[in-house]
Amino acid sequence: MPDTTPMLEIENVSKIYPGRRGMFGSSAAVHALTDVSLAVKRGESFGLVGESGSGKTTMTRSILQLETPSAGVIRFMGKDMAQLSAVEMRRLRAKIQIVFQDPYASLNPRMSVHDIVTEPMLIHVETLGLNARQRTDRAAELLSLVGLGPQYLRRYPHEFSGGQRQRICIARALASGPELLLLDEPTSALDVSVQAQVLNLLFELQDKLGLTYFFISHDLAVVRYLCDRVALIYHGKIVEQGSSDEIFDNPKGDYARMLIGAMPEVRVYAE
Amino acid sequence: MTALLEIRDLHLSMSSYEGSADVLNGINLTVNRGEIWGLVGESGCGKSLTGLSVSRLAPSPPAHYSKGQILLEGRDLLPLTQREMQKLRGKRIGMIFQDPTTNLNPAFRIGEQLTDVALAAAAQDDTILDCPAHSSNRTRRAAAWSLAVEMLEKVGIPNAQSRLASYPHEFSGGMRQRVLIAMAMIGRPDLLIADEPTTALDVSVQAQILKQIKANVAEYDMGVVLITHNLGVVAQTCSHVAVMYAGNIVENGPVAAVIGNPVHPYTRALLSAIPTKDTKRGALKGLAGAVPNLINPPPGCRFAPRCAFAQPACTKATPPPETVGPNHSAACIRAAEMEALIHA
Repeated sequence: MPDTTPMLEIENVSKIYPGRRGMFGSSAAVHALTDVSLAVKRGESFGLVGESGSGKTTMTRSILQLETPSAGVIRFMGKDMAQLSAVEMRRLRAKIQIVFQDPYASLNPRMSVHDIVTEPMLIHVETLGLNARQRTDRAAELLSLVGLGPQYLRRYPHEFSGGQRQRICIARALASGPELLLLDEPTSALDVSVQAQVLNLLFELQDKLGLTYFFISHDLAVVRYLCDRVALIYHGKIVEQGSSDEIFDNPKGDYARMLIGAMPEVRVYAE
Repeated sequence: MTALLEIRDLHLSMSSYEGSADVLNGINLTVNRGEIWGLVGESGCGKSLTGLSVSRLAPSPPAHYSKGQILLEGRDLLPLTQREMQKLRGKRIGMIFQDPTTNLNPAFRIGEQLTDVALAAAAQDDTILDCPAHSSNRTRRAAAWSLAVEMLEKVGIPNAQSRLASYPHEFSGGMRQRVLIAMAMIGRPDLLIADEPTTALDVSVQAQILKQIKANVAEYDMGVVLITHNLGVVAQTCSHVAVMYAGNIVENGPVAAVIGNPVHPYTRALLSAIPTKDTKRGALKGLAGAVPNLINPPPGCRFAPRCAFAQPACTKATPPPETVGPNHSAACIRAAEMEALIHA
């Protein structure tokens, strides 16, 4: 019987950053997330779309438990993450990994590709139990998986182009054997031609490894292409949620209509 | 009629430790008043340097113009001194850059920064401030201030009067970009060079900014060079487009022709890399390979190594632009047979 527990459940999550009263005046409390609920099914690609300042980042940080929600529950594979002990949490972390937006900033220039890709295996050594040789073998395997090849193991990040670096970031994210991959605007720093390659790679990987994607973006065309279901977030609230086709072909709310209307379409001139 | 901007066979090389790179390899571009030219291509293909060359802001050295002319209403800009160029910038040529955060001085109020530009432009042309040439500095400054209010209102910033007293950090990214547009427009330039003006912004703000630029073109009858890597932005905003690859313009013409009926294999590849609503998952076509090293570029057509239709003849010489439609040309020796090749 297939497991029907959602991969990730977010229930009525709110996050309020308290205001401050300091030497230079006071600031009001910021409601970064207000009563957000969504569920990501196993094996699907879920897109979270919103403009800057809408709470996308707070959401990611909450899922990664880098931020404690002010209210609500985040369940990963059925477990409430806030209730876990430190040891259990560390074990769970191997199952959630993230790929960041800027591949130029998210790779340490002083670490070789080998060190970058094996680092998560070293951190999760208790969970994965790989020795040094096995780690190197797995790093080589991962590099081939993302289309780079083991010959690059001893190279450093500056020797790679943007698209290749993002491949390295993906290899690193896959190193600990995750089930859920958070993709925080993984292609917005790349050229369209390279973006297409990275998106296709993400598809292949999902096929091969059965990954679940939580895709964060403001590029609606990319979201539509990659995601099965989409949620629109505006000022910390989910304003619309549904299947990609539903949202893009038949947006209901004013905000969704405005956002989709603002999407620069190339095809207006196509025959 | 003289064109507003005419770039003729511009060659620019950059010297580095590894050798000299031909970053612009014979650029030809003509921009008339009322036209918005999109300049597109991957990173590192020379879009920004073309823009910077027009305003003569490419640092020289290492930049070296070996050949060519940049004519602004018939006057060649390349032999001008920096002092003479300063008179043109802001007044004749306005510029907007990509990052609105780094292009405003954090230590001065928006109003001061805007009035400075207005006063500098008014030193060339008194009609900008609409006050007599012999007016005192105080009246001139006051006139510049009210002009700044007017410009900020035009770009859609509410409470412009009081917002002039704000510092850049009090504005959001989109508002700062509007301030920069106001600043570029305040001298009523004839030519606006916008280098990725909306790349750092959200789609909704992007749409507003592009609309603003379009409105300005209609109102002031100016010409615009819009540098971007987003073909969607080009389709939405521009009247004409030039596609650049590795220092060459490979295809140019009216937007409808180039995007609706692309001829050059590079333009076609760029367009098919953009997902649309009908693209099946996994069916997106990337473009293999990378932009070549310009220190030692591939011989002949620089796109040949990545081109699906390359022939031995492609590596012989740089292909000249072939006319493929009204005002539409593509620099490909197989341009004439492309239609047949695609459907084969």
